[in-house]
Amino acid sequence: MTSDIILFLIQDGIANGAIYALLGLAIVLVFAVTRIIMVPQGIFISYAALSLSWLESNLVPPTAWLLLALGLLTAGIECWQARRRPRAMRAPLVKYVVLPAALLGLCWLLAPQDLPQMARMALALALVVPFGPIMYRLAFQPVAGASPLVLLLISVAVFIALTSLGLVIFGPEGVRTAPIATASFTLGVLDLSAQSLWVVGMTALLMVLLYLFFGRTIAGKALHATAVNRIGAKLVGIETNAAGGLAFTLAAAIGALSGILISPITTIYYDTGFLMGLKGFIAAIIGGLLSYPLTVISALVIGIIESFSSFSASLYKEVIVFSLILPVLLLRSLGRRDIGEDEQ
Amino acid sequence: MTASLVVEELVVAYGRVEALHGASLELPGGIVTVVGPNGAGKSSMLNAVMGLLPSRGRVWLDGEELSRLEPEARVARGLCLVAEKRELFTTMSVEDNLLLGAYQRHKKGEKGWRNSLDEIYGRFPRLRERRRQIAAVLSGGERQMLALGRALMGKPRVLLLDEPSLGLAPRVVRETFRIIADLRATGVAILLVEQNARAALQVADYGYVLETGSVVSSGPSGTLANDPRIIATYLGRRAGSKIE
Ligand SMILES: Nc1ncnc2c1ncn2[C@@H]1O[C@H](COP(=O)(O)OP(=O)(O)OP(=O)(O)O)[C@@H](O)[C@H]1O
Ligand SMILES: [Mg+2]
Repeated sequence: MTSDIILFLIQDGIANGAIYALLGLAIVLVFAVTRIIMVPQGIFISYAALSLSWLESNLVPPTAWLLLALGLLTAGIECWQARRRPRAMRAPLVKYVVLPAALLGLCWLLAPQDLPQMARMALALALVVPFGPIMYRLAFQPVAGASPLVLLLISVAVFIALTSLGLVIFGPEGVRTAPIATASFTLGVLDLSAQSLWVVGMTALLMVLLYLFFGRTIAGKALHATAVNRIGAKLVGIETNAAGGLAFTLAAAIGALSGILISPITTIYYDTGFLMGLKGFIAAIIGGLLSYPLTVISALVIGIIESFSSFSASLYKEVIVFSLILPVLLLRSLGRRDIGEDEQ
Repeated sequence: MTASLVVEELVVAYGRVEALHGASLELPGGIVTVVGPNGAGKSSMLNAVMGLLPSRGRVWLDGEELSRLEPEARVARGLCLVAEKRELFTTMSVEDNLLLGAYQRHKKGEKGWRNSLDEIYGRFPRLRERRRQIAAVLSGGERQMLALGRALMGKPRVLLLDEPSLGLAPRVVRETFRIIADLRATGVAILLVEQNARAALQVADYGYVLETGSVVSSGPSGTLANDPRIIATYLGRRAGSKIE
């Protein structure tokens, strides 16, 4: 192995690791607010990348239809629950029917046009992000406050349902999308692609934003407080259901953004998000499901290890990465903290 | 003008077991206390008034019915509960706990909600000293101060207090009741649930006695404090020695 190769592998590993870091951050965020382990986090990657690819082929992405269908279902449930208060029906109808219908209309109008790549990305994001709050509303809000185990089981069920739906609507083919930037720079012996700089830059930016949001704003603190003590949060007037919805919206946005950033570098299938999400999950676990910086560092390490093992033993790359989690879990379980328990 | 709370025929059940069988009471302002033995249903009543427990019956705040509202919405209308378990944000700092107490005021865009911090620190200097520590490391008395401080940060119109003297040393108990008496001057109406009936009847204007889920008697606190039956049950040596 020459030093050029080593540097190249590190660069490659950091770009992948940055994506795992984003996913890990989303998983920590959702867990911190809702005690839900976000198994379906990777779904947003696949949905966003595939939707973008559909738009690039001037087609209406099937996610637009799926979103409308799920929106109608959600609105139906909301209206049934508000059947004696017609005024309370307006907000859910706007949120779950008018908005998805408008997005579908927009895709229908814009898909045949030759849009700039940035506009297509924005549209793909707009299509995928609403899956987050809808997922929360349909699957998790009705059982908010259930034990972490029940929430985990539901999470797995949601994951299986959405992956299967992904196969049905997108088919089994993989896609690659056009890069945001095609330039490449030379730094010493290294060829840096602008795309991987985008990935790393966006990750860093998102981390800073998350840090400021949770550390400095009342809205962020309220979100965190909901996780620490749900009853306490209600007692100071925090809308705990809205907090869950907000966490899922952020997670979906982070996931969809990761998908759009990574799809020019890696081929994305309907289920690719799962393996990526799993690596993000390992990083999140190493971070104890509560430390954002530790999650990011572990994700970068995982990315680099993966990149080296795919060079020297590519058949065993996943095995090597996933065996990493065993010693870490062992160490964690010997450690002082019990995660998943409510600290009260 | 102080706020008024009316509770009408409140019924609370845990599964098939009814814990409160249609309790009614009125808080026209000032301080009203509810006393009663363990398991009488006092906490169940307060939690139901706050909307934390499903219940039948009605709750009115200044003529507006709250019965179908979520707890968050009740907080927005000026109701606030210091729960028996305190429900602090244990992994967050003392100051963050207090700031979050003003969450609804912040959300309504009220100016100067941050300034209430100084007011609370003035009332509880111990909290100022510990403002950077997490709530989990506070002593029992400090936690109680923090719970009360967090509640006051929201500038409630009606404050529901569930056993504020629970588990505190006698000197801290006296201090707690002094603070409650002081709060009267700020215009907040207080519904005080206590097992320490003697102290509760001393600060309150009016009292209710709750036994096994029903209101068994009520009256101005002076009258209750002189009622022979109540003296025998709640103000005798046993009740008095319980907290000492
Ligand atoms: N979560 C619960 N599930 C089942 N029963 C409950 C629950 N909480 C309270 N109870 C029962 O309801 C009754 C009233 O309880 P509650 O806590 O309201 O009494 P209390 O007057 O506040 O008592 P204490 O003075 O001990 O705080 C008791 O018989 C209790 O066992
Ligand atoms: Mg009680």
